[in-house]
Amino acid sequence: MSVVIIDYGMCNLGSVKRAFEECGATVIISDNPRDAEQASHLVLPGVGAFGDAMKNLVSAGWDVAIKKNVLEQNVPLLGICLGMQLLAERGYENGEYSGLGLIQGDVIKLYNEKLDPNFRVPHIGWNDVHIKQEYVLTDGLRPATDFYFVHSYFFKTTRAKDVLTTTYYGLDFPSIIRKDKIMGVQFHPEKSSRAGFQIIRNFLTIN
Amino acid sequence: MLKARIIPTILWKDIGIVKGVGFNSWRRVGSLLPAIKVYNTRQVDELIIVDITATEQDREPDYEVIDEIADECFVPLTVGGGVKTVDHIKKLLRAGADKVAINSGCYTHPEVVSNGANLFGNQCVVVSIDVYKHTDGSYECFKNCGKTPTGKCPIAWAKEMEARGAGELLITSILNDGAMVGYDLDLIKRITDTVGIPVIASGGASDYEDMHQALTIGNASAVAAASIFHFTEKTPLEAKQYLGAKGILVRKF
Repeated sequence: MSVVIIDYGMCNLGSVKRAFEECGATVIISDNPRDAEQASHLVLPGVGAFGDAMKNLVSAGWDVAIKKNVLEQNVPLLGICLGMQLLAERGYENGEYSGLGLIQGDVIKLYNEKLDPNFRVPHIGWNDVHIKQEYVLTDGLRPATDFYFVHSYFFKTTRAKDVLTTTYYGLDFPSIIRKDKIMGVQFHPEKSSRAGFQIIRNFLTIN
Repeated sequence: MLKARIIPTILWKDIGIVKGVGFNSWRRVGSLLPAIKVYNTRQVDELIIVDITATEQDREPDYEVIDEIADECFVPLTVGGGVKTVDHIKKLLRAGADKVAINSGCYTHPEVVSNGANLFGNQCVVVSIDVYKHTDGSYECFKNCGKTPTGKCPIAWAKEMEARGAGELLITSILNDGAMVGYDLDLIKRITDTVGIPVIASGGASDYEDMHQALTIGNASAVAAASIFHFTEKTPLEAKQYLGAKGILVRKF
């Protein structure tokens, strides 16, 4: 059994793989949805545009494989950055696209609700996450730990019970979401040094 | 709240790290991989690595070296030098870069910015602009590692690059670079006033106060520096302590 990192042509998977290995996992990067059957944990990374990403996932058959393993086999899934956003029902990046629909919500562009004078998009850099609900994924994190973010869109949900942490950038947005064993982080744990490794280690303890 | 980033810049020539003054008289200051490891251990906010001879030698970026570096680097990595096509961006991202900086390539192939942003998201396209200040005070963009004038005004160019999909701008003052005379605050401010994307100030930092001014007066989102980390005892961590004491939000760990 190993961690399967889903390769659908949308990002630099090397650093995700290295970070998981650094945390003690056996990792395979796979572009074949059948490998999902062997997965102890699934990781959906990604940078780029929502529509292209969904198109790639669907044409390779990953959408079906992910849902089958996550919903029927209860395999833990971690979406990272765009991978988190793809868990939503819909994405509104240059159009309207269906997401995987694993967690209720829409992905929309960041906006400056609080008229912050330093608001610039993309949101690039280190920002603090605030725990709203305790869950094993955030175990051992100090309050207001900084993680590395690079994104222009965010996961908008009205279901507070799916939101594990929030982060402020022009508005408070969900930085970690979770429903059952389906989790998504808007930041890059693989680029967030020690705090990021803590998240990955915590994820690996979920089974 | 979002933190101001302190970014060591590593200029790289052949296999060594170099640092020049005014984009010239390059001094060799160490080898690449050990430096990356040190910065990684120190958990710097981000790293910028630029292969300064790739464009001049009409080479593609060296993907193998980047791959090696990325394996040692668990902090965000921006890679530049020799990027002209979307394929170059793709290969660098595959090799482990998080963001790709494009400079000379933007003047000859401006579509690489828009196509790159469309394909990989604008968050990973950093447009790097080297700016020369003429004796009459006017500014001009230079390409090819500060060697070739382009006739472009940096303010207009910054705006055009933003419109094309750049996610971030790295603005370097050629005259101030390596001279340790402070950032060109007027230039930085004029650019941050013009664009709505993050701006990294580069070129000229001599002490932590220069960084403070680039972040406050210049309104930059991040400051990049090389000489003061290579040639003095100053460190990114101390910079953050100084800035933190001055009320700038910086990352603590």
